[in-house]
Amino acid sequence: MQAALTILIDGLTYASWLFIVALGLTLVFGVLKILNVAHGSFYALGAYAAASFVGWGASLKWAPAFSLVAMLLAAVAVALLVAPLLERTLLRFFYGRDEVLLVLVTYALFLILEDVTKLVWGANPLYVSEPYGLFGNVNLGVQTYVGYDFVLFVLAVLVGGGVWWGLNRTRHGKIVLAVIHSAEIASSMGVNISRVYAMAFTAGIFLAALGGAFTAPMISVSPGISVGVIIVSFAVVIIGGLGSIEGAAIGALIVGLARSLAVHLAPVAELFSIYIVMAVVLVFRPEGLFQRIQARKI
Amino acid sequence: MSDAALLEAQGVGKRFGAVVAAADINIGVRAGERVSLIGSNGAGKTTFVNMITGYLKPDAGHIRFDGRDITALHPRTIVGLGVARSFQIPQLFGELSVLDNMLVASACQGTHMSYTKAARDAAAVARTEALLQRFALTEHRERRVSELPGGVRKLLDIAMALTVRPKLLLLDEPTSGVSAEEKFPMMDTIMAALGSQRDTTVLFVEHDMDIVERYAERVIAFYSGRIIADDVPAQALATDDVRRYVTGELLQE
Amino acid sequence: MTTPEAASGGRLPLEGATPADRQSLIRGARLGTLVLNGLGAFGLLAAVGFFAPRWLTYLITMSAGHGLVSLGIVCLMRGGVVPFGQGMVFAIGGYTAALLFNKLGFSDALGLALAGGVLATLIALPFAPLLARYRGIFFAMLTLALSMVTYGLGMKLDVLGGSDGFNVGRATVFGWRPPDAQVGYVLYLVTVGVATVLALLARVYFDSTRGLVTLATRDNELRVEYLGGSVRQAMMINFLIAALCGGIGGALVVLSLGHIEPQFSYWTTSGEFVFVAILAGWQSVAAVFVASMVLEVVRSFSSAYFPNTWQLALGLFLLFVIRFLPRGIGSLWIGRKR
Repeated sequence: MQAALTILIDGLTYASWLFIVALGLTLVFGVLKILNVAHGSFYALGAYAAASFVGWGASLKWAPAFSLVAMLLAAVAVALLVAPLLERTLLRFFYGRDEVLLVLVTYALFLILEDVTKLVWGANPLYVSEPYGLFGNVNLGVQTYVGYDFVLFVLAVLVGGGVWWGLNRTRHGKIVLAVIHSAEIASSMGVNISRVYAMAFTAGIFLAALGGAFTAPMISVSPGISVGVIIVSFAVVIIGGLGSIEGAAIGALIVGLARSLAVHLAPVAELFSIYIVMAVVLVFRPEGLFQRIQARKI
Repeated sequence: MSDAALLEAQGVGKRFGAVVAAADINIGVRAGERVSLIGSNGAGKTTFVNMITGYLKPDAGHIRFDGRDITALHPRTIVGLGVARSFQIPQLFGELSVLDNMLVASACQGTHMSYTKAARDAAAVARTEALLQRFALTEHRERRVSELPGGVRKLLDIAMALTVRPKLLLLDEPTSGVSAEEKFPMMDTIMAALGSQRDTTVLFVEHDMDIVERYAERVIAFYSGRIIADDVPAQALATDDVRRYVTGELLQE
Repeated sequence: MTTPEAASGGRLPLEGATPADRQSLIRGARLGTLVLNGLGAFGLLAAVGFFAPRWLTYLITMSAGHGLVSLGIVCLMRGGVVPFGQGMVFAIGGYTAALLFNKLGFSDALGLALAGGVLATLIALPFAPLLARYRGIFFAMLTLALSMVTYGLGMKLDVLGGSDGFNVGRATVFGWRPPDAQVGYVLYLVTVGVATVLALLARVYFDSTRGLVTLATRDNELRVEYLGGSVRQAMMINFLIAALCGGIGGALVVLSLGHIEPQFSYWTTSGEFVFVAILAGWQSVAAVFVASMVLEVVRSFSSAYFPNTWQLALGLFLLFVIRFLPRGIGSLWIGRKR
């Protein structure tokens, strides 16, 4: 019973940050039709920026609670600085090109950002663990769980709800949904596609950075964290369906729980359980669980 | 030449939801005939062509080709039996040269597929020479298809279909998208390339009645999935139904 | 391409020959030219390797082995799909060689290379019909998933050595165990030799009717089907050829590297193979190995002198090639043949 609870909480915690990150990935694909290999790099930038911001806050003797705000600001900063820069210098040369070509472009971007992060923050791991202890511990039964994990879950729910509401209940959101369905038709209706693209890309980066910023206290922030994140995010987005928010949520839950089950019950399967699920989904329902895009040819 | 039909459709029907694309189609086409299929858009001509080639399966009825029931056969098998088609919007290999396009067509015939035999083998090239000449494509041999003008692309599309030496050739609007003064020379070229021996039976879908009158020996008119006329052009084009539902000479009430 | 007369250098006794004779003479000339080119290339490389410093021969060996994997990717790219999981066949080839060496004591270099290729092809076989139905992103993701499963298995299964992998001893060639001073050069000759043979075979295949149909598939699958050609069959065959090349490459790399680890199957490794294929383009076979060499050189020198910027350089280079040399560096000397 206790084991089940531990598995569940572990799984949900993992699923929480994964959902935030995958949501950004699926949004960017849905709107811009770009499967962004560098998405993990933005996660890393968020984590590194959070480390810096929290560090500055600490050196300025601000209250520990402020570190949460610092992490949020870090994500915002990454989004606002990086998104327009990349959009203007790189992406706009490749809009509308073949999807796989765009994957290669973002792969090149991933390579570039790997080293840029190393140049800015150095190659040594950074630790920003103070916020992890902000919410104390929670005792459920015999086990102790860290409060921060639940906060992460709450954040994921808030982000998911916020994005859903923003897309489905606001005017701007509905325009974005229209662009997801058909950029061509939306543009012929007078929608400013470039602006929608820019907004979606910024939002996507923000979500990746947010995931990274709030996960930073739980990990050692070092070069290479982007590599594992992107591959798992791909799995989530494929399982859930490219361009689908509900899909990102369900996908994250499936991946989080699968991994948690594997880690606790069958460690041998930990690393590939996710990819087997991904492969199985691709075989039987390649559009993902929440259909949006056509996948098979013949 | 026997009187047995090369292509036979018996009671063929096809629905797409509420739309009736074909209803009780009964046609027999003899070897060597030149038949034109006419009808307004959505009348069922293209659906019928797609059912012959095997890409759509009829909901009812049978299609027989050269004595065999082809209703349920795989499209590639049907091609192997001797059915070829051309396309309204030319389906070509844009990145390849005209010659390479023709070589692909002859390679796909199965016996010529090889892991080692060069595609540009002199024998293979020689096989395509005759067709290239008949379609006046020889001067374009090495040009990349994406650079060719529309009329040449249409001719290539048809030449490729002929490479497989089909018994039945289905032409989907061969002169559509071609300028008015090019239409007749184009059809002349096509008919000349087909030769006078009548080895190949031709069904062509057309909207231009001048072309139909000049080149078809028989006209089959479609409307709402049914055949409303099946006769020599002079007669078929004079019937009220055809004048009302196809050529628009008689206004519909 | 050129006329038959030109291809044979205008010196063949073609008058008086029957058409069938002409055909075989010309085919013979074409094959002969190819074999001569291959022998010439191998001879040149053998000489270079003999006189070059050890680090250079090692670099070329690695380029040749890795280049084989990218050659397989080019095979698939000619058909219009980009696989993001060739690390899988690379790893399978490597693990096969390593396991046969360590568990069975089988140490013949050529035998191990062949075994690696065959096993990779056999394991790829059940997936081929499945993968042949996918295109674009989904093909890429499915191959990616398969390679990550392989990575996971490699990391976790003790029989495969776990996350550390395991070492491989010195290979033999037809029973002869080369001494320390010469083993590098011997493996160099084996690797470069095998790569040359496969490169020639690849060239023949690319120029064949099946090769042309593959190109046509990339362009317009629909028309290929309407002409009676099987797109699925073409895709499957290309996938299996890529597996064979990748497996052989993996085995050869492991023999020279002396070590195998699960990282061989990680997505970043697969990404590098794709990088080389993109850099090379899909028209010239030689370009694949040149591109592979470029990557090896950049990687080695940069890791040594600029450990924090070599990925940056690689990324910028890739962007440059995608933007300005969309047909790869092969296009620089092949031109717009096909």
